[in-house]
Amino acid sequence: MDAVLEARGITKLFPGTVALDAVDLVLARGEVHALLGENGAGKSTLIKCLTGAYARDGGTVLLDGRPVAPRSTADAQALGIGTVYQEVNLLANLTVAENLMLGREPRRLGLTNRRSACREAARMLADYDLDIDVTRPLDAYSVAVQQIVAIARAVSLSDKVLILDEPTASLDAAEVERLFGIVRRLRDRGLAIVFISHFLDQVYAISDRLTVLRNGRNVGGGPVTEVDRLALINMMLGHDLAQAESGHRTRAPGNGPPAAQFHDFGRRGRVEPFDLTVRKGEIVGLAGLLGSGRTEMAEVIFGIDGHDSGTAEVSGTARRLDSPRAAIRAGMGFCPEDRKTDGIVADLGVRENMMLALQARRGWTRPVARREQDRMVADYIRRLDVRTPHVEKPVGELSGGNQQKVILARWLLMNPGFLILDEPTRGIDVGAHAEIIRVIEELCDRGMSLLVISSELDELATYSDRVIVMRDRRQVAELAGAEVSTGAIVSAIAAAPQQRTAP
Amino acid sequence: MSARLLPFAVTCAIFVLAYGLAWLQFPAILSTRVIGNLLTDNAYLGIVAVGMTVVILSGGIDLSVGAVIAFSGVFIGVMLRDTGLHPYAVFLLLLAITTLFGLAMGAVIHLLEMPPFIVTLAGMFMARGAAYVLSIDSIPIRHPAIEAIQSAYWLMPGKGRLTLIAGLMLLTVAAVTLLIHRSPFGTRVMAVGGDARTARLLGVDVGRTTVAVYGLSGFCAGLAGVVFAVYTSAGYSLATVGTELDAIAAVVIGGTLLTGGSGFVPGTLIGVLIMGLIQTYIVFDGTLSSWWTKIVIGMLLFGFVALQKGLVQLRTGDRAARRRAARQSGRHRATA
Ligand SMILES: Nc1ncnc2c1ncn2[C@@H]1O[C@H](COP(=O)(O)OP(=O)(O)OP(=O)(O)O)[C@@H](O)[C@H]1O
Ligand SMILES: [Mg+2]
Repeated sequence: MDAVLEARGITKLFPGTVALDAVDLVLARGEVHALLGENGAGKSTLIKCLTGAYARDGGTVLLDGRPVAPRSTADAQALGIGTVYQEVNLLANLTVAENLMLGREPRRLGLTNRRSACREAARMLADYDLDIDVTRPLDAYSVAVQQIVAIARAVSLSDKVLILDEPTASLDAAEVERLFGIVRRLRDRGLAIVFISHFLDQVYAISDRLTVLRNGRNVGGGPVTEVDRLALINMMLGHDLAQAESGHRTRAPGNGPPAAQFHDFGRRGRVEPFDLTVRKGEIVGLAGLLGSGRTEMAEVIFGIDGHDSGTAEVSGTARRLDSPRAAIRAGMGFCPEDRKTDGIVADLGVRENMMLALQARRGWTRPVARREQDRMVADYIRRLDVRTPHVEKPVGELSGGNQQKVILARWLLMNPGFLILDEPTRGIDVGAHAEIIRVIEELCDRGMSLLVISSELDELATYSDRVIVMRDRRQVAELAGAEVSTGAIVSAIAAAPQQRTAP
Repeated sequence: MSARLLPFAVTCAIFVLAYGLAWLQFPAILSTRVIGNLLTDNAYLGIVAVGMTVVILSGGIDLSVGAVIAFSGVFIGVMLRDTGLHPYAVFLLLLAITTLFGLAMGAVIHLLEMPPFIVTLAGMFMARGAAYVLSIDSIPIRHPAIEAIQSAYWLMPGKGRLTLIAGLMLLTVAAVTLLIHRSPFGTRVMAVGGDARTARLLGVDVGRTTVAVYGLSGFCAGLAGVVFAVYTSAGYSLATVGTELDAIAAVVIGGTLLTGGSGFVPGTLIGVLIMGLIQTYIVFDGTLSSWWTKIVIGMLLFGFVALQKGLVQLRTGDRAARRRAARQSGRHRATA
């Protein structure tokens, strides 16, 4: 095999944790190599050790047969290793062009040649059919666009190795397809590409070989064709996946009194007025493409963008939901999709992060007793399988998926009457996935009502009593009971628009 | 108008408005003479505030600059008194010392991961202490070469004098504006100020940038020290107490965010001029105590922090709207 990069015995210690224990990773020229493992297995840490973002505590890395030891990400870039780290990792306060050209700006008389920098940046994005104004600040664009910009930057930096750590988490199907087209082209040019993802479909669609980590150790790998899905999951989890996900759930659909009712509720330019009733103990799924108005609908309901038409009733009383505070007071909760900006407080510990929402609802003058806190936190750490050495560990030091679990726990333990979850399982591994679905169902059995937004239609079909399909900022279909299936949701999303009012 | 330049625009508007009001009361205030004096009197503050702007843009703070200016004056005075060195040689030596001092503080901040506030506070005590060690008394600074600098000016139309030191200040503003807003180094400074962790992952040498930023601030403080010494013809270890705070105020009034990563260097010049204008007004009025300057500056600062807060909120609302627009266009692309 023609190895481009050969990492042997990579070891990384964090205080109290062995994140990597003599891990090997060998990348061949012209292959897409999937790196898999549960949340906290050490995937991102391995990447950071290879690219000099972390100093490794042991092991050797050979690039084209020569030992290398990048001491910074700039060194790694100079060696031809381009990386997209987990989460969108660009600078929101710089322009798109500055982000793309950072570190290799074209110069004239020592100053940045801005015109040619912008031209170059626009050219880099052209491959992705992304026609945006590169002189605008990056934070003017959606997370998906930012993700593509980050990928474009990494691709342009890599001559030998391209590393993508969960690049597809916030992309829709069409964008994923476009990314895969580019990845295949780069592979055919001889690059070695590392692809990290929890979406097994994508792993099977794009990868040639895979390496599986568990608890910081190699547990297997090989050509994709030789490892079937079940074997792969076994390898990742170290045990069989509990059969929680199979089949539609059996419990009786919620038909209690309405927990929340919205009539003609909407906001111009965000989401068309809709009627929605969520009953006590019911799970309503919200499906649609990115940009179909799913998140917008949730944000309007929760008062983040005040509504300008319609009325709302929560547990039988009319409420004015014009701010998140009002919504929380009405007994609602909202777990947003963008955890980096709207979610975690990186420097606070796991316990404090989990307690935030509950404490906020009670008011700061009535603290939750410490013993009570410890009990609740320990309970959710166990139920969601949060991998953390202790409850005071700063959340910023957890793996990406475990951070997501902490945020989810924050809202679940607040135990609101009506909870909205936006992409609750993004970045979460297959094992924890099943766990989270179980917890969600259990909460519903105890009377919580849920509105869940998800791009994972299988998952949505598994637990939803009803599924609402959005397109062009309006509800276009509602599936209930036995109609709820992945296939039905897909066809409702894809169905030709019946009528178009405006172009 | 981009939200980024809005604070700068507001600063300019306030300056013009304030000048207009003062002019209604004292028409004489609108003359190149007054403007020339305004620039000359605030030359040292302008230079040091520009250095401070760069530090703040990078997400840091430099509390040592006032003490460094005082040290510079004493150092120049002592060297001219006790050695036969030409003033220009002394200036170069001094600039080397203050730049190295800044570089050293930057290195400590980066390597020991200490908060800039603490490190430069220590630097402030050290510089002030060094000034005392050199001389407790005020030392007169006299030399034909210095007198030549003092009397060098360009006569503006209307008989106003643009002195050499005022010109030096304007030159510094222009050079640093180019450096920050037009050079790769400036982009790194903004990157580090925006989010140092991310900047590092993108391959920015955060350590080098940090060290360079404090070195630049040290250089500016030294240059301001030279200008102040020339301007006052004296070196005194108790001079320019609290100048670092004036500089920070000018930076904030000039529209630079204290949290780093966002701002515009020329705004700082306007900030300095607003502060100078208030002082000039008080001189024209003749009955007001000069402490009014401080009160007005305090109110302005307060207003600016409130303005920035409002802008940030405006921008996040705006961002959500743009995000939606971008998503919409993304969807159309996907279906096209
Ligand atoms: N900066 C840090 N300080 C301390 N511990 C850390 C740090 N970064 C990661 N860890 C620990 O190292 C382990 C591996 O984390 P890593 O981020 O590599 O997981 P991952 O495989 O990428 O998971 P995910 O799928 O959730 O992204 C985790 O136990 C995590 O808590
Ligand atoms: Mg990870």
